Amino acid sequence: MSSIRQKMPEQDPRKRVHNFSEVTLGYSEEMAISEAERCLNCKKPRCVQGCPVEIDIPGFLSKIKEKNFQEAISLVKEKNNLPAVCGRVCPQETQCEEVCILAKKGESVAIGRLERFVADWEAENGLKSKVKSLKQKNPCLPRVAIVGSGPAGITCAGDLARVGYQATIFESLSEAGGVLRYGIPEFRLPKGVLDRELDYVRGLGVEIKVNMVIGMIKEIDNLLREGYRAVFIGTGAGLPYFMQIPGENLNGVYSANEFLTRINMMKAYLFPEYETPVKVGEKVAVIGAGNVAMDSARCALRLGAKEVSIVYRRSEKEMPARLEEIHHAREEGIEFRLLTVPTRIMGNAGRVEKMECIKMELGEPDESGRRRPLPLQGSEFEMEMDTVVIAIGQGANPLLLSRTPGLKLNRRGYIEVDKEGTASLKGVFAGGDIVTGAATVISAMGAGKRAARAIDRYIKQTT
Amino acid sequence: MYQIKSSQRIAPAVWEMDIMAPEVVERALPGQFIILRIDAKGERIPLTIHDTNNKEGTVRIIFQEVGKTTKRLANLHQGDFLKDFLGPLGQPSEIEKFGRVVCVGGGVGTAVIYPEAKALREAGNRVISVLGARSKEFLILEKKMQEVSDELYITTDDGSYGRRGLVTGVLKELLDKDKVDLVVAIGPVPMMKFVSQLTREYGVKTVVSLNPIMVDGTGMCGSCRVRIGEETKFVCVDGPEFDGHQVDFEELTVRNSRFREEEKVALEGHKCHQ
Repeated sequence: MSSIRQKMPEQDPRKRVHNFSEVTLGYSEEMAISEAERCLNCKKPRCVQGCPVEIDIPGFLSKIKEKNFQEAISLVKEKNNLPAVCGRVCPQETQCEEVCILAKKGESVAIGRLERFVADWEAENGLKSKVKSLKQKNPCLPRVAIVGSGPAGITCAGDLARVGYQATIFESLSEAGGVLRYGIPEFRLPKGVLDRELDYVRGLGVEIKVNMVIGMIKEIDNLLREGYRAVFIGTGAGLPYFMQIPGENLNGVYSANEFLTRINMMKAYLFPEYETPVKVGEKVAVIGAGNVAMDSARCALRLGAKEVSIVYRRSEKEMPARLEEIHHAREEGIEFRLLTVPTRIMGNAGRVEKMECIKMELGEPDESGRRRPLPLQGSEFEMEMDTVVIAIGQGANPLLLSRTPGLKLNRRGYIEVDKEGTASLKGVFAGGDIVTGAATVISAMGAGKRAARAIDRYIKQTT
Repeated sequence: MYQIKSSQRIAPAVWEMDIMAPEVVERALPGQFIILRIDAKGERIPLTIHDTNNKEGTVRIIFQEVGKTTKRLANLHQGDFLKDFLGPLGQPSEIEKFGRVVCVGGGVGTAVIYPEAKALREAGNRVISVLGARSKEFLILEKKMQEVSDELYITTDDGSYGRRGLVTGVLKELLDKDKVDLVVAIGPVPMMKFVSQLTREYGVKTVVSLNPIMVDGTGMCGSCRVRIGEETKFVCVDGPEFDGHQVDFEELTVRNSRFREEEKVALEGHKCHQ
């Protein structure tokens, strides 16, 4: 058996920087079978423990080996409502694949790629998974309101629908998906794939109401009084951080949220057919080195920028993005200016022209355990720039929280919950980034799943 | 989908539209806005709520044709649908008894000042309104404003109606004549800037309503950020109304020009399709 996993077919980097089509192309049936055959089918499969949504991984891999793809996807969908999404964007290398026994001596089984394979196989072959489905809305079922249609909300709603609740999602934007819609670019997660999975969740009986800003059109309290037996808050973090340096309000400076929303949700890359514009110019700097920064940089390149750099204050080792994303960004020609911090942005007639940076060196570890970057005196330098995208993270958006009296928040402004997701207000639950701060799609999904169980228990106890 | 219940032109390139959105009507307060998108390819644009009709469940917006979205909107008819209509958004106006209040409306800003003038009057204020327009045909809502004002002054740039000149001329006379407790000024950015400059000299509190470029309208993207005093604020969630003496109008003007070239491209495309 090979210690090396099946390689993922990908679009040539030279070609793909000119389009928004998906970078990774997916396994063929043969590749999927031979990859699944690498699984040792451990007696105590550690991968399952590594999966926040508890997928029977050896089970579905065995079905792939048997070429029974339908059974394989059905097994996945028993636990995961969004397999085609997870198969594309989850950091499996720090979850199921990290603990795979094969990873000790070589490469782990490519679990994520196989999850994507079976999900895509099902979509292409047009069969329906054999999961319990309520098929249609049933007004007699107890109702639960879910605020936010990102990964946490969709998972929570889907799981509740399966066990007999009428789950209604309230989404503030005009299309469902949350960060999967506005944040993650088409070339990493095609919106058609997202739509397909949302349709599946609707098929479970979940209702999604868009253009509903909870906190403005109604409050949590209104929902409870309207007869929703419980409310799950999964609104995401959603308040962009800026650096608080001079020049941040110049034209040409975007928060990553704005930049990506214009491009992904509003499809600015198809301007003027789609009417929302975005402007990148030739030289683009993206501040930060997480997945959002990589996405922003790679979008800028595809929009025609000539030079795109990631500007990050720490070193390569500390970059929070997935290795795969960093690798793809490098392949595409993104420059990495590490140990560098912008100190001010300069403009002419209100538009960005230059960015002044200072070099850093790494000192002693800070509270995050990573070595603290310290400025090197006298190392200031200037870079010519047309566009600066700030991707240094986000905080808790106060819009809903400030209109929910009595909801206990932690020191950082996120909702305080127990490990099941129960919040301080009766009947209110929460999960995802609005509890943890910006994290991953799969951890939000895990939180949605746990909260669905807690909600089910809560409603049964209070009935 | 949100149905257009009525649409009519009330001045050259200015339209009044009623849109079915009962849930928005239930919650809307003076000063708040909505975001709409015509269809899947459209841009999201914010418009301040002019009025609501509880019985019909409709929200009334008044807009001027300036860019592609507003021009396309003007071409829609009663019975047509908008894909998205979301609100109410933003903080409502601060309505209390101030005393003698001057409401200054410039151009389509008059549509926004109306609900505020009405609420201020109902709160027991003496409301003096000053409306400015390019010429008589561009003046809107004169009768409605008359109904909610104790005194009403009108200025036109060309003198074709009311007094010739700018709103600041009348405002200065009012400030000189008697004590003014609050000025609310809503209109084009230069108008709000000059009103704020004038009232600063008199030390009179002045509220303005800002209209920057927005995307989501819920504090998520920061497109609408503008400097207010020493701080950067998001107009969509912290505003849209701010202390006019604190607003950096120059920065607002520049930020509103962010996509000027793209707006031209979009408009040219629009003409070709007609």
